[in-house]
Amino acid sequence: MLQNMNSKAVVVRGLEKSYQDHQAVDGIDLDIESGEILALLGPNGAGKTTTVEILAGQKMRTHGSAEVLGADPAHAGRGKHGRAWRARIGIVSQAAGAAPELTVEELVSHVASCYPCPRDPREVIALTGLTEKKDKRIRTLSGGQARRLDVARAVVGRPELIFLDEPTTGFDPEARRQFWALIRQLSADGTTILLTTHYLDEAAALATRIAIIDRGRLVAQGTPGELRNNSGARNAAVSWEGADGQRQTKETSTPTRLITDLAAEFHGEIPGLTVTSPTLEDIYLELIAAEGGAQ
Amino acid sequence: MTPQAQTAARTSPDGASASTAAPPPLPNAWRAAAARGAIELRMFFRDQQTVGFIVALPAILLALLASIFGGHDAATGSGVTIGQLYTAGLIAGGIAGTSFTYLGITIAQERANGTLKWLAATPMPRTAYFAGKVVQVIVSALVETALLLAVGVAFYHVHLPSQASQWLTFAWVFLLGTAACAVAGIAMSSLPKTASAAGPLVSLTLTVLSFISGVYVVPLTTIPAPLRDFGSLFPLTWLAQGMRSVFLPSSAAHLEPAGSWQHGVTALVLLAWIAGGLAVCTRTFRWQPR
Repeated sequence: MLQNMNSKAVVVRGLEKSYQDHQAVDGIDLDIESGEILALLGPNGAGKTTTVEILAGQKMRTHGSAEVLGADPAHAGRGKHGRAWRARIGIVSQAAGAAPELTVEELVSHVASCYPCPRDPREVIALTGLTEKKDKRIRTLSGGQARRLDVARAVVGRPELIFLDEPTTGFDPEARRQFWALIRQLSADGTTILLTTHYLDEAAALATRIAIIDRGRLVAQGTPGELRNNSGARNAAVSWEGADGQRQTKETSTPTRLITDLAAEFHGEIPGLTVTSPTLEDIYLELIAAEGGAQ
Repeated sequence: MTPQAQTAARTSPDGASASTAAPPPLPNAWRAAAARGAIELRMFFRDQQTVGFIVALPAILLALLASIFGGHDAATGSGVTIGQLYTAGLIAGGIAGTSFTYLGITIAQERANGTLKWLAATPMPRTAYFAGKVVQVIVSALVETALLLAVGVAFYHVHLPSQASQWLTFAWVFLLGTAACAVAGIAMSSLPKTASAAGPLVSLTLTVLSFISGVYVVPLTTIPAPLRDFGSLFPLTWLAQGMRSVFLPSSAAHLEPAGSWQHGVTALVLLAWIAGGLAVCTRTFRWQPR
């Protein structure tokens, strides 16, 4: 148990959050190891934000247990030791507030002054690519720059654990790539990261583990590789040009045997042969569709 | 390692023995409050909308009202001009604007746009947020008052008090009045369901009170007694009367409904509002939108 407390940043069992008219989170079990990047992937309304807010101490759960950095997030942010717990956590939420008349550097420096052992505000501004904007009022920033400022103020306190709730929504492709580099750098510094996203490529590119969530339930979790392998039962698509010139496609769980048979049939080269294994995206869409089909 | 060296290592301030040392201490709460105050002041004075509506508007109203009515004596032979009454009244109205109106609207906005939720999740002591607002309100109310006094002294025969006792009265009326209006504003910020409803609600409340509390219509005795009595349930009436007691000649006390400055009642009413307002705020203040 003591071992657990040291190696796990987050331990969640049977987490539920219900509102009068619906169940936002419906029994989630989740572990996040210290230092890993876990992506919580799911469509809009799947319960990602609610889960993050419960873990960040911003919402109360209805059932289940949760431990974040060794403490129950329902109480850890309050009371005498609340400040110390809050200093270990950084949050980038979807509505992050505004201080339009401050400059970038003023805000980041002010936030840094709240923490016991902050990063250098200028370094953080450089890290988030805002050096050119550091003396500009926040109201003059573009959407993507404002989002990077949200990240800057979440990381300037040198938190051990960062919650990023859909950090790249609305980014252009280049801004997303830059943002991913930033996340990787934070991770390299030893920061544990919980990232929510509805972009599968983002989860696949960044996460050490992906947890797929839909309708408040986890439908799969594992490393990107494990998720692909677990779909081993799923069929690969083998496609070739038949004798009549028509394209033939066959889904099979034993593609090698099919190709061997085809090679014998064609006496060597199979015309126009392609073999496609399901992508992570196929698997994801299938999981979400399977859940949706139950509706 | 000798025992002495071990002790030295443990107490070394450079954190060389970080693995065994306690985590670095959180910033001092007073420093956090001062930092928050500086940030609030910057946000206030850089925002053209607040500077226009909160700081400049009362001075413009004074210039207008006093130039329309100002030359007349408030009552025959009283030796008090309407301009003097407006100066004192608008100082009270201006204080209510910087405290009640500004806090009521901005806190509602900060709650709606996620600022409060985010601040509450940082290790900033939550008291520092309120301390910052206190600093901002006191400084901006002082600037506002100085501006009105400058207009009053320059154009409307207002004389700055020469006695220390009058400045002492100014100090306590200013502080209690500002505090009473500020806690009312903080309490009010939780009332509207949306941030856009906060502006009309708060502004309307202050406008109505300004008409019946001796700010827009002077002297107070020209207001029908039932309206005046209703107004006297709120801090603004007492804040305005307190300001008149500081900046008007003592003969002007005869123009008050009670015929005197009522300092004792003023202090009691304002203190009651502060206590009641704090009780409401501690029960109803929310860091998150509904």
